[in-house]
Amino acid sequence: MRVLVTGASGMLGGAVARLLVDRGHSVTTLQRRPSGVDGATDLRGSITDAEVLKDAVRGQDGIIHLAAKVSFTGRAADFDNVNIEGTRRLLAAARAASVPDFVFVSSPSVANSGAALVGLGAGPADPARAHGDYARTKGEAELLALAADSLDFRVAAVRPHVVWGPGDTQLVERVLARAARRRLPLLDSGAALIDTTYVDNAAAAIAAALDRMDRVHGSAVVVTNGEPRPVGELIAGICAAGGVPAPSWAVPGAVARGAGAVVEKLWLWAGRQEEPPMTRFLAEQLSTAHWFDQRRTRELLDWTPAVSLDEGLERLAAYYSPGSASLSNQ
Amino acid sequence: MDPEWSREVQVPSTSAPDAPGTARRWHILDNGPQLAAKGLAPAGTLLCVHGNPTWSYLWRTLLAAGSDPAHPWRVVAVDQLDMGYSERTGTFRRLADRINDLGDLTAALGLDGPVVTVGHDWGGAISLGWALAHRDQLSGVVLTNTAVHQPAASKIPPALRLALHPAVHQWGTVTSDSFLRVTHSLAHPPLPADIRAAYMAPYRGAARRFGVGNFVADIPVDGTHPSFPALTGVAEGLRGLDVPALMLWGPRDPIFSDRYLKDLVERLPHAQVHRFEGAGHLVAEDRDIASPIFQWLAALDPAAAARPAPAAEPATGAEPWGAADFRPLWSLLDEQAAGPAGTGMAVAEMAADGSTSRQLSWQQLDRKILDLAAGLAAAGVGPGSRVSLMVPPGVDLTVALYACLRLGAVVVVADAGLGTAGLSRAVRGATPDVIIGIDRALAAASVLGWPGRRISVRDLPAARRRILGVETSLDTLGRPVTARPEPHPGQAPDKPAGQAGPDAPAAVLFTSGSTGPAKGVVYTHRQLAAMRDTVASTFGIRPGSRLVAGFAPFALLGPALGAVSVTPDMDVTAPRTLTAGALAAAAAAIDATVVFASPAALRNVVDTRDGLDEAGLKVLARVELLLSAGAPVPEPLLAAVQQLVPAASLRTPYGMTEALPVTDISLEQIRGADAETAAGNLQGGGNGVCVGKPVHGARLAVIPLEADGTAPGTVPVTDPGVTGEILVSAPHVKDSYDRLWLTQQASAGLPGWHRTGDVGHFDAAGRLWVEGRLAHVVTAPGGPVTPVGAEQAIERLEDIRLAAVTGVGPAGTQAVVAVVETVPPARRAGPAAPALAGSVRAAARTAGVEISAVLVVPAQPTDIRHNAKIDRTRLSRWASRVLAGGRPGTP
Repeated sequence: MRVLVTGASGMLGGAVARLLVDRGHSVTTLQRRPSGVDGATDLRGSITDAEVLKDAVRGQDGIIHLAAKVSFTGRAADFDNVNIEGTRRLLAAARAASVPDFVFVSSPSVANSGAALVGLGAGPADPARAHGDYARTKGEAELLALAADSLDFRVAAVRPHVVWGPGDTQLVERVLARAARRRLPLLDSGAALIDTTYVDNAAAAIAAALDRMDRVHGSAVVVTNGEPRPVGELIAGICAAGGVPAPSWAVPGAVARGAGAVVEKLWLWAGRQEEPPMTRFLAEQLSTAHWFDQRRTRELLDWTPAVSLDEGLERLAAYYSPGSASLSNQ
Repeated sequence: MDPEWSREVQVPSTSAPDAPGTARRWHILDNGPQLAAKGLAPAGTLLCVHGNPTWSYLWRTLLAAGSDPAHPWRVVAVDQLDMGYSERTGTFRRLADRINDLGDLTAALGLDGPVVTVGHDWGGAISLGWALAHRDQLSGVVLTNTAVHQPAASKIPPALRLALHPAVHQWGTVTSDSFLRVTHSLAHPPLPADIRAAYMAPYRGAARRFGVGNFVADIPVDGTHPSFPALTGVAEGLRGLDVPALMLWGPRDPIFSDRYLKDLVERLPHAQVHRFEGAGHLVAEDRDIASPIFQWLAALDPAAAARPAPAAEPATGAEPWGAADFRPLWSLLDEQAAGPAGTGMAVAEMAADGSTSRQLSWQQLDRKILDLAAGLAAAGVGPGSRVSLMVPPGVDLTVALYACLRLGAVVVVADAGLGTAGLSRAVRGATPDVIIGIDRALAAASVLGWPGRRISVRDLPAARRRILGVETSLDTLGRPVTARPEPHPGQAPDKPAGQAGPDAPAAVLFTSGSTGPAKGVVYTHRQLAAMRDTVASTFGIRPGSRLVAGFAPFALLGPALGAVSVTPDMDVTAPRTLTAGALAAAAAAIDATVVFASPAALRNVVDTRDGLDEAGLKVLARVELLLSAGAPVPEPLLAAVQQLVPAASLRTPYGMTEALPVTDISLEQIRGADAETAAGNLQGGGNGVCVGKPVHGARLAVIPLEADGTAPGTVPVTDPGVTGEILVSAPHVKDSYDRLWLTQQASAGLPGWHRTGDVGHFDAAGRLWVEGRLAHVVTAPGGPVTPVGAEQAIERLEDIRLAAVTGVGPAGTQAVVAVVETVPPARRAGPAAPALAGSVRAAARTAGVEISAVLVVPAQPTDIRHNAKIDRTRLSRWASRVLAGGRPGTP
């Protein structure tokens, strides 16, 4: 099978591409930076460039679309352009080239208005109520993608929740960097239950979606490890794996959410490029429960996570252990 | 609400306020045309009558249920004249008129075939008036929070008195919408805004509210009121009404409180009654009443019920006491008094200094019981009277209990172990006619406004009597009025007149309320006698046995077993106040052979064993049997107890308020089962507490648990290793739940079995392993998780004292949570430190359970009665809040 993977320079995109290569598929990767995936044909270019897309989709049997602007901050127009317009163009190109299957990799945040998520399934994307430009634009893009679903052009949305693993810059590195500088508080008591997804599990679920398009097309599924843990324990586990002390101070979640919103605005106003120390999105993620009903997902995808949370943390620890081969490669 | 149901009817009136030839416009909700259009033939008609100030909207759930093709019933819900969307007549219509109006309406509708009336508030009296006038087509009556009679001794409720006050009446009911607003505010939980608006809609503007004011003015406050005769006619007419009756009640009602329910139950003793604890006046809004009503209708044969039926069997059976297979609870007590042991000690109470503070011989006990029974009978206590006994275990309670039973009165045993709020709920729900109590209980009765006449234990000074509303005392009632001849040896003592039959209710006991409000459990005399026989044959307790009763329920059984009983010095409301010294002193007083104690009491006995002297150790060494019931007893505790009573067989029967005991097991048997399980050669061993085999005369089975954590099946099984809801069948299983018809239906749904609400399984040797409560089963995505197995595994960890496994999140995909109390206890509640969480998770994994979160609490919330049952409902609510990101606080 010939598969195009967009956004393969990221941790999850790379893992998906590698998994498909390992399974003997003919994989093309498309992103601005080199994907670093051995055995894949690497195309370089922007997801917003129609000519690039036309080349990339030609002759493909399936597309897995991960390329996106992922950030807590940034200009709204940039998010719109990459996440919404990029997806719209890729969908158009795929349809024009008669690619039969399209997996849109999304995020549970597209259906989250900030309240605690306790054992919920995958609700419809709701960009109007989503918090932050990332969730809003991914939500719009998911709606576009699922609206394009038909028997000739099957589209499914897979929403892995908080993907982490060795080499993860989104969660793991941030937690470790902040904890090392003692700039990571626990919010409230750190009891909020959070489900996460070890990167290999997320990749396997996305690959499974492509295998199961007959059943999953037209719908969105949330993917997690199915192992909710108190957020404080999770962060302590990541810190232990990374060899830094776990956070020992706590601030009330409501304070952090309020402060995060203010800091975001100041950061934008000041035109700073790096991530701010606290954002409203991050504060919400760390102080309210986020875990999901995985029964339908597992049934539709005929998939179960192969790597448990504890095993994932062990692999993380191995990655960060001094002298580890993976670390010296960096 | 389905707009198709709404229609208007022109009805020729024959009521007094209207000139002949007048027709009135009625608005009704009627699903009849809809049923006809769907081709559904209704089984009959529900005629629903609202009260003041609501309208037919109150019954919308019944219309929806009646339109269900699974059980089609025509439902006609009327808006009474001057009410709802019916005509404003400008007349004052009294109760008799309104009953006649309803007859006019049904005549105009041509309503034929079987009819079941449904009424609420004053609509209840009107619906019953119609029912009595249409006996030929009446199949049943349903009543919700209503009344037909003002009990002579009591005043009308303050809320109504206020509404009737001349200074308030016009303004409160007509000029303003206060009466409507206040009524709508009686809903628990509060009504959503749209429903409140719907109730208000037909009553906007004073001109539309005259009916509301007239309704209030028509309440017959006393015998001179014009509507008094009509209401009395309805109330008295009910006594002959033998159609099936269902009463659904919200006891949180400032107007139609439990005393009106009691009055109705006395008039319709065959009625099925369900009190929805926590629901109020608008019970149709607070709870789903449609499902129980249609469940009840399903059992009704409208055609049969509509025929004039022969008088219903009285609730009290006619079987005489002498029936060969039945020996009343006190028969051994009688025999002991009449026999050679008659002058020997029967009951005793211990004082704090280790001496006997009170004691009675068998003859004295028997005499006192008969004297008190005579005194109570003279005071008007008779068969069926409900007598609440609020007296701590000991001689006084024993005498009062057996006196009441001999009289045929129903003893209500609500203990302080329910906590003040729980006790108050229990007493109000049971509506005793008489409360017999110690000072503290009577003070509580006075403050909390419990119903019933008051009798103190001791004679009280006049002033105190007045304050507490006490009529008399047990001391006074028990004094022989005239000298009675002593019975000749061998001759049965004279018995007070008017006993009830063996199948009449004898006692109402209360569950500990670990899964919701405490439930009243009704036992008949035959069932109490069967309990005695089961205890006697299972444990070999017989006349001549001498027992220390450190566990309240069994304290009362001693005299019935013919055993000498002593109550140790302890606060019976707090089991853990029993010390080793107090136990030894009580044992020494009677040279005890048997000890009953709860696990919490035993724990304290073990903790205080250093206080025992040589003599104390010696007397305990002669104990032959030690029974501990009420909660599971951990094996290490039993082992420690065994050291104190080296000669005793340690037994931990399993049972519940509804059936005591159900199984029995000894310490040796527990060890044997554990060893076999550990060795891996016992199919079905493990995952729970091994409680042994059924007691004499009992049968056990389970209904297998489904993936959603329920046990909906109907085929009882006993295969080893199959987890399910535990069923028990035995002659000493309870008769029913008191005024909890729905609960009773659910518990007795499988004929011949009682559903215990516990879950467990059998092993290959036929022993039962209890895995927890059905209501506490966690429905994880991988299947149901029963809590006890994982809890035991966690509690084996060095630093854990008590563990509770519960679930958070939606049913079917719950995250499993362990809440632990550590040694030493944590200072604050919250998530466990990662290391502790890791070890708890690993321990639970050995029992096959994957834990998401581990929370620590400084102390588990446990029940008062047993000090052992963790309040999981509360814990689970707390865990849900904390794990969703809320502040921990305390559970």
